[in-house]
This record gives sequence, structure tokens and C-alpha cells, in this order.
Amino acid sequence: MSSYAITILTLIVIQAIVVCGLNVIVGYAGQISLGHAAFFGIGAYSAALLSTQAGLSFWSALPIVLLICALCGLLLGLPSLRLKQDFLAITTIGINFIVQAVFLYVPFFGGALGISGIPRIRFLGEALKGPSFLYLCLACLALVMAICWFFTRIFAGLACFALREEESAATSMGISPVRFKLLAFMLGTVFAGLGGSLYAHYMRFVSAEDFSFPLSITFMSMLVLGGMGTLLGPLVGALILGALPEVFRPLAEFRILFYGLMLLLMIRFQPGGILGESSLVRKRIFPMFLRRRS
Amino acid sequence: MQLLMEQMLNGLAMGSIYAIVTLGLALVYGVMRILHVAHASIYTIGAYVGVYLFQTTGSLAVAFLGSMVFCAVLGVLIERLVYFPLLSFPPYVPLIASIAVMLTLEEVCRLVAGPQILTFAARLPFPEVDIAGVHLSSTLIAIYVITAVILLLLWYLLNRTELGLAMRATSQDLPISGAQGINSHCIVSLTFVIGSAIAAIGGILVGIYYNQVYPTMGAVPAYKTLALIVVGGMGSVSGAVIAAMLLGLAETLLIGYLNVPFPRDALAFVAMIAVLVWRSEGLLGSR
Repeated sequence: MSSYAITILTLIVIQAIVVCGLNVIVGYAGQISLGHAAFFGIGAYSAALLSTQAGLSFWSALPIVLLICALCGLLLGLPSLRLKQDFLAITTIGINFIVQAVFLYVPFFGGALGISGIPRIRFLGEALKGPSFLYLCLACLALVMAICWFFTRIFAGLACFALREEESAATSMGISPVRFKLLAFMLGTVFAGLGGSLYAHYMRFVSAEDFSFPLSITFMSMLVLGGMGTLLGPLVGALILGALPEVFRPLAEFRILFYGLMLLLMIRFQPGGILGESSLVRKRIFPMFLRRRS
Repeated sequence: MQLLMEQMLNGLAMGSIYAIVTLGLALVYGVMRILHVAHASIYTIGAYVGVYLFQTTGSLAVAFLGSMVFCAVLGVLIERLVYFPLLSFPPYVPLIASIAVMLTLEEVCRLVAGPQILTFAARLPFPEVDIAGVHLSSTLIAIYVITAVILLLLWYLLNRTELGLAMRATSQDLPISGAQGINSHCIVSLTFVIGSAIAAIGGILVGIYYNQVYPTMGAVPAYKTLALIVVGGMGSVSGAVIAAMLLGLAETLLIGYLNVPFPRDALAFVAMIAVLVWRSEGLLGSR
């Protein structure tokens, strides 16, 4: 594989990790969040600061980064206890703008210059770059997806599903909305933090512009496109939307237009996503394979 | 003191423009419960059509009317083709669709008119006024007058006509109003016509006020106006207008006059979160 393809793939895998986190919040617990880039940014900035200022390695900084992200997720998940649907959507947009403004205006975060000189990740004494970094990202993605799968099998996951379907009914069954919504938020932001940490060490430079609101939209679009609440949806969505701009590269200046039109057509005619319930893939293509097997 | 006055007048103009753009959003949210982010791109297209018509015909009246008609048609097309079929899905589906529409329209603007900033060197036919040493340009006067006229007309339409009654009924409950003999889909389309036409006026006014029109001019208002309809109370038109005026004043005074080192575009969201914490139904909303 050319190093160009590896770069694109690495970024797609990192985005897939973040979208898995978003899936836990939106797809499993049913809490809309349009500010996920903020948590991605919080992860990236904490990793950048810990490695450049405190001199920690990626591995020793990772638990701290994830803890910071979990705390931020807990804090910013609090609005979800009071707000529903559209209100929550706009509030999370606001959180994204405010977090980005903090990165941009507080000198501690490097201001407009961002943070540069982030070291590469070292593993067994060797600096990871190119393919080896991609393998690390793939391993992280596999871990994240395994946790997601496990989450859908345990009580906490089922409780989140119940809250998503009908909150008042779930509450009357003794499921605490506070506990499980916050748990979903924390898990989702921890994944975003992991993605952000990888991103910071991959780009070796972070600035507030990288975590602006359009990125949150991209994450959300990936999730909606892939199929909300499904295990593989985030991966499929990240692959398609991550690769589309490259596939459309021959269209030159028309490629963003095609990207927008594709997104519009997808959401208009397959609102449940590619892998969602009652989607074309699930209705037509999955049964083909099942029939062949039997 | 004079500087303060001038800043306040500028803030009022900013607020008026926010109000014009937010009006359409609040109206649409009222009848459809959809966060119509693409409204800001209709405003951008309104400015572009205005510039084009003004440069070809040289008449501001043609520019305003043509742009309003074009945007109204565009608004109804978006509603019929994109939003209405998605009404039965969870609210994030139309929201994403709306964002996709905005992305597409923004690109269309960039491809048709080019990425460069166009100038809009028109002079609105309003007098210039000097009061106690404070100079009011004709553009500022025009913004105040046009906003006031739009607000009055809209107030009259919503509160004093049968059509307004139908619109208010539809915004309370779409299916029930349909059962009462109101052609609710027609009312929804009409809401888009009114909202989009007003957005076109807003786009042209902003274009003249800053003397520039560019493809991404709708990007920041798109999300700021969302915060404004929350602050005003979801779907409350008068609340949204008051919130818009306050925001315009606060932005100009805090950042322009007091030089508070705070990002201008985050202010709306800070205000929104404060409102949600202390008064979650918004300024004029009802629970």
C-alpha cells in the first residue's frame, strides 16, 4: 500500500473509533449529541499537553487522558438529564463551540498556534509510523468494538436500550436514567478521547481548528449513514464518508458538492442508515446470504 | 459616550439582522418541529441572487423582489422534497438532511459564483440622519425601518388574520389542525414561503451592510440562530426576535466596546446554556 493510502486509512480508523463512541451515546442510549468533536479535541489536547509539557509517553498518559475525557463526559452529560431531543442537540452544538473557543483563547492551550512537537508513539523501543501506526489504530478499533459488543450484552447496555425506547417506562421498571445516561456519555467520550489521543500522536500537531463543529457533523453523518445503534454501522459509515472525498477526487472542485448530495440522498431514502433496521441492505442483501447458507 | 451610542446603534442593526434570519427559523420550527439549519444557506442564496439582479438590472426593487421569489420557491422545494417525507422519523434525521442541504447549497454558490468575495455597492434610498453628533448612515436606517416593517406585517398576519389563525393552529398540532379542516400541508409550505422570503431580505441587507457576499456567509448564523430560538423559547416568534436583538446588542457592546477577550460567536451559546439552566422554557416560551 502506498503511504498515501495508509494515511487515509489511519484517519478513517481513528474516526471509526470516535464514531463508535458516538454510537454508544446516540445509538444505544438515544441521547443526541452534535458536539462529539469537542471530546475528540479534549482527548487530543490532553494527550498533546501531557506529552509535550509533562513529558509523559503515550502509554503512561493514556489512562490520564481517558480519565479526563470520562470526567468531561460526565460533566457535559449532565444537560442530557434535563433536556430532550432538539434542546439537547442545540446544547451539544453549543458545547462544541465553547470548547473550541476555550482552546483558541486560553493561552495554556497554545492559542491560535496550537500545540506542535508531539512525539511519536514508541512501542517496544521503536517509534510507530506508517503501517505500524495503522496496526495500532486497528487494534484500538478492535478493542473498542469488542467493548461495544460486550456493552450490548450486559445489563447496562440493555438498560440503555430501554431508556432509548421509552424513558418513562424504563424508569418505572426501576432503571435509573441518571446512572445509565451518564454511563453511556462517559463510555462514548472515553472512546472519543482514545481517538483524539491517537490523532494527536499521529498528526503530531493539534490546533483548535481541527475540532470545530463541522467535524461533529461528519461524525454524526458517518453514524447515521452507517446505521445508528448497530455494531458495524460506525465502521461502514466512517469507511464510506472517509473514502468518498478520495473516490471523488477526479471530480476536482465538484467533490464537496457530490459529497453533500450523496449524504442528502442517503438520509432521504435510507433514514435508518445502510445497516439499520428496514434498510435495503438488511432487507435484500442479508437474506441472500442467509438463503445460500441454508 | 458618542462611541457607546454608535456601538449601540450598530448592535441594534446586528440584532435586527439576526432577528430577520431567526424569524424564519422560529416559524419553521413552530409548524414542523424541524431545526432548519439550511435556512442560513437560503439567506446566502438570497444575497447572491440580490447581487446578481442588482448588477444586471441596476434596480434594488427588482433585486429584493426577485431574490424573495427565488428563495421562497427554493424553501418550498426543500420542504416538499426533503423535510415532509422525513417527518415521521426521529428529529435527528431531518436535522442531518438539513445540514446536507446546507452543504450542497453552499457548494452550489461557490461553484456558480466563485469562492471570491463579491461586493454589493448599493445605496439604499433612505436618508442619513445626524442626532446629537451621532451619525446614522442610510444603510442603518434602512435596516431599522425594514426590520420594523417586517415585524409589524408578520405580527398582523399571525394575530389578526384568518391565515394567521390557521398558522398558529398548525404550529400547535399539525394532525389536529388538519382534522379541523385546515389544509395543514399547504400552511407548512406557506410558512416556508414567508420564512424564506424574509431570509432573502436579510441576506441582501447583510450584503449591503458589510458590502460583501461570499459562499460561507451563512455558516455562523446557521448555528447562532439555533441558539437564539432556544433562548427565545422554541417556536416563539416574538421570543426569538427579542433574543436576537439582545444578542446583537450584547455582542457589539461586550466585544466591540468593552473589549472583553471572548470569542464573539460563542456568546450566543453561553447565553443559551445560561437560559437552559435557569429558565429552560426560554424567554417567552411556555412549558
